Parts: sequence; structure tokens; C-alpha cells
Amino acid sequence: MSFITLKDVVFSYDDIESNPNAPRAVDGVSMSVEKGEFVAVIGHNGCGKSTIAKHLNAMLLPDSGKVFVDSDDTSDENKTFDIRKKVGLVLQNPDNQLVASIVEEDVAFGPENLGVEPEEIRKRVDSALKAVGMYEYREHAPFKLSGGQKQRVAIAGILAIQPECIVLDEPTAMLDPSGRSEVMSTLLKLNREKKMTVVLITHYMDEAVLADRVIVMDGGRVLTEGTPEEVFSQVELLKKHRLDVPQSAELMYRLRGAGVEVSSIPLNVADCISALEEVLR
Amino acid sequence: MVRDVAFGQYFPAKSLIHRLDPRAKLVMFTAYIVIIFCTFNFASLAVTTAFTVLFVALSGVPFKFYFKSLKVIILIVLITSLLNLFYGSGEPIWQWWIFRITQNGINRAIFVTLRIVCLILASSCLTFTTSPTEMTDAIERLMKPLKILHFPVHEIAMMMSLALRFVPTLLEETDKIMQAQKARGSDFESGGITKRVRALTPILVPLFVSAFRRAYEIATAMECRCYNGGDGRTRMKSIHLSARDCISFAVLGLVITGVILCNIFLEPAI
Repeated sequence: MSFITLKDVVFSYDDIESNPNAPRAVDGVSMSVEKGEFVAVIGHNGCGKSTIAKHLNAMLLPDSGKVFVDSDDTSDENKTFDIRKKVGLVLQNPDNQLVASIVEEDVAFGPENLGVEPEEIRKRVDSALKAVGMYEYREHAPFKLSGGQKQRVAIAGILAIQPECIVLDEPTAMLDPSGRSEVMSTLLKLNREKKMTVVLITHYMDEAVLADRVIVMDGGRVLTEGTPEEVFSQVELLKKHRLDVPQSAELMYRLRGAGVEVSSIPLNVADCISALEEVLR
Repeated sequence: MVRDVAFGQYFPAKSLIHRLDPRAKLVMFTAYIVIIFCTFNFASLAVTTAFTVLFVALSGVPFKFYFKSLKVIILIVLITSLLNLFYGSGEPIWQWWIFRITQNGINRAIFVTLRIVCLILASSCLTFTTSPTEMTDAIERLMKPLKILHFPVHEIAMMMSLALRFVPTLLEETDKIMQAQKARGSDFESGGITKRVRALTPILVPLFVSAFRRAYEIATAMECRCYNGGDGRTRMKSIHLSARDCISFAVLGLVITGVILCNIFLEPAI
């Protein structure tokens, strides 16, 4: 069994039992996440991707269907805290996730809740802050940090719980471009070096390209999934659902439309250049 | 604009006062407030003032920060000392129309000024050298006995530390909303008091709405980090009394004894 498995999850923010026609935020989603994977979930606002994120650590429970985390059912109340220890969730607004007035005290909040010994908390806090590159800022006040730095502190706060998987719900939506790249490189580092399982919910296609696997959602359902290459070569399908594709893929798609023969759909600028060189040669 | 209030802000450093047990600091501060209002002659006033200066000097916080917090209350100090100056009893030294100044009045003015200044210096010293987390931790520990009476000690401490954490964030937000409303032609600076108060509505309403939304998100974020009330929580920075704290208690004890002795053996000045 996969580390996280969703089976036909249906969820509505309204009471679905009294009103079966209530709008469903998630309407029959099945997906799985393997250990050590970097999965990106993309889609429009209101496509259900944030709702899915909250199902992964038992913040929300499905109206029907099941969510399993490391073979524990999230609807089992006795397991809620075990699940939240294994799956950490980082939210969109970094300001509203930091609960303490000093960076290191904020990072300590999670392990303190778990009743970890003080010396052990100290170790975890230091290593979490080092992992996100915010160790020098440990005694700063969060409100004096930039958006990207705050979000990295929020990630450190989750890392200090020592989860096996970290889920991020649009962590870069409120950040400027440099903050976005700070957060993305931190996530990639965690995934590659610490073998952390990462589920990134985003609407930036350029971020999704960096994942091992991309799941595209629309209208509360999974539209398509696969490696970034597989997903973004379906330019027409994505366009039909008003989703963007990475710029280089878009360029190649248009060249193809204009009759230029292109062998592959490149996902980043470097690949795009070599593909163009090939065509021009 | 709203952000240059120095009073009540933490100033991270590693001074002797910073390293004192926050509980000790809180208890000493409470005792100090009582003692500062029990000074009735110049000798005892000098002792408490010296004690304040000692702590301020040892705090390792640049004096300009203390000065900033004093600036906020300068008007209050002026008004109260003026009132006291003219309300003294005894033989007048100087008199004009209904105003008369007596030696007692001058003494009162000096006392009230020094008392308020010392009070502000001491409370600034406390907040500059104690992080909000330490402070709420100390309050939580000191009030722990009340738990027997089902008093929600942990919840209150948690609320306090969250409130303190969000003071700068909400100030920033107020600034932003004010600018946004100004850009739409709101006028906060002219008109009578009723007009000005009414002009605050378009600031307060969005501020409250966003504060509620924030509160909801914070609650979610806290749950995500396994928060489950105060039971079974540990602290990274465990606080315990050390020799430093005992020494500062001893110094405060000397001050208290000094003030009491002065009050017994010397004539009261006010």
C-alpha cells in the first residue's frame, strides 16, 4: 500500500446528507502518494486542491470514501495525532502560521505540543532551522522577516515535528518571485537530500514542472496525472480546462501548430533551447 | 506611524537581566510597584531610584529605547506634576490669584514625577528583557495553583502570547487599511471629534473581519502542529531559579528594608 492513499473521496462544505445536491468541493478523488515522492497537485482556484490538502492530515474528513495515511484511516479519531505527526501541513499565509514572537520559539511549538524533552526540542529546532537555511535568524521576530523567510520558518516549524511527509497548500501564492524561489529550492533540497515526501499544492505550472509526478485537478476531480513531461505534453487538454502550461511547452505547442516539427515538449528554458537548436540545424 | 511605539517591545540581548528567571522578574516587578508607592521621604525615593537605575544599566538595552518609552508618557507626567504642584498643603511660598505653591506641593510634584518615570523605566526594563513567550510562560507557572479552582491558566497564557504575537501584524494591517481608505478619499485628519471617530468605521470593520479570518487560520495552523491544549506540553526553554535570581531578590530585599527603615526613622516629606 502507498504511504498516502485516497479512495473515492467526496467532500462538501455543506451538509451533504440533508442536501444531496450540495456543491461538492471534492467529487470522487482517488490518488496515492509514495514515500520519498515529490508530487505536485495543480488546478484552478476552487478545483478542490486545497480541500484535498486538508484531507491528507485529517484536518478534514471525507463525507464518503477513505483516506489512509501509512495504513491508518484518517477518520479514526484515536489516530488523528499519529497522522498529524506523520503528515505536516504548511498553509498559504505565512503570517497566520507563526504563533510565537521569536523564530526559534515558533519552530519549537510543534515538538512542545508533542511533549518532547527540552534538550531534544533544542536539537530538532536547530536542525529544522538549518534545513531551511534560517538558522542565523533564530532569534529574530517573525514580523521583521520577508515573506519567503517567514514561509521557510513555517516549513521549519513542521519539520521540527519530524513528519514523514510534508504537504504544502499554495505556499508561494503570497510571495514575491525571490520568495517563491527560496521556498521551492528549500523543498527540492528536502526532497532530494532528506528523502522527505513532498506534496505541493500550487497553481504555478513552473513549480509543478519540478515535481516527480503531477496531478491535475478540475471541478473536484482528477483530470489527468503523470510525470511533468506526460502531463504538459497534453497541451490541448489543459487548455480546454483553462489551465496554463509552462512557457516553453506553450512555445513548442504553438510552433507545432505552425507546422514546425518538434520532437519533444520541453519543460524548462535549457531544454527548450536545445530543442530549438535541433529544429534549426 | 503606529510602529514606533517602543513601550512593550522585546529587545533581544544576553545581559544579566535578560538571563534572570522571568518568574523572578515578574514577582520582583510586582513588589517594586508596591514599594515605589510606599516611598514617603527623599531617602527612600533615592534608594528606589538607584535600584531602578541599576537594573536599567544592567539590562544592556541602549538608553534611547528607554527614552522612547518615556516620551510617550511625558504629557501625563507634566499634567500630574503640575496638578500636584498647585494642590500642596501648608504655607504658600508663592501665590498668584488662585494658584499657590507650597513646599509640600513642590515635594509632591517631584515625588509623582520620579515615581512615574521609575515605573515606566522598570516596566520597560521588564518588557525589553523578557520575550513575550517567557512572560506568558512565567504567568502560566505562577498562576498554576489556580488550576485547582478550574481556572483556565494555560488557555489564558496562550491567548496572551498569541495576542502579543499579533500586535505588530495587526498594526501593519491597520496601516495598510488606512492607506487604502485614504487612497479612496477617506479623511481622518480634519473635522470635529465626532466626525473623526466616525471616519474610523471604514478602518475598524475590515480590520475586525480580517482579524476573525486570521484567528480561524491560526487555529487551523495550530491544529496542524498537533496543538491539543496545555496537557502534556513541554517547553524548549525550561525556566528555573538560579543564583542570579537569588542575588537580585536579595538586592530587592535590601531596597525594601531600606525604604521601610527610612519611612520609620525619617520625617515624611509629603
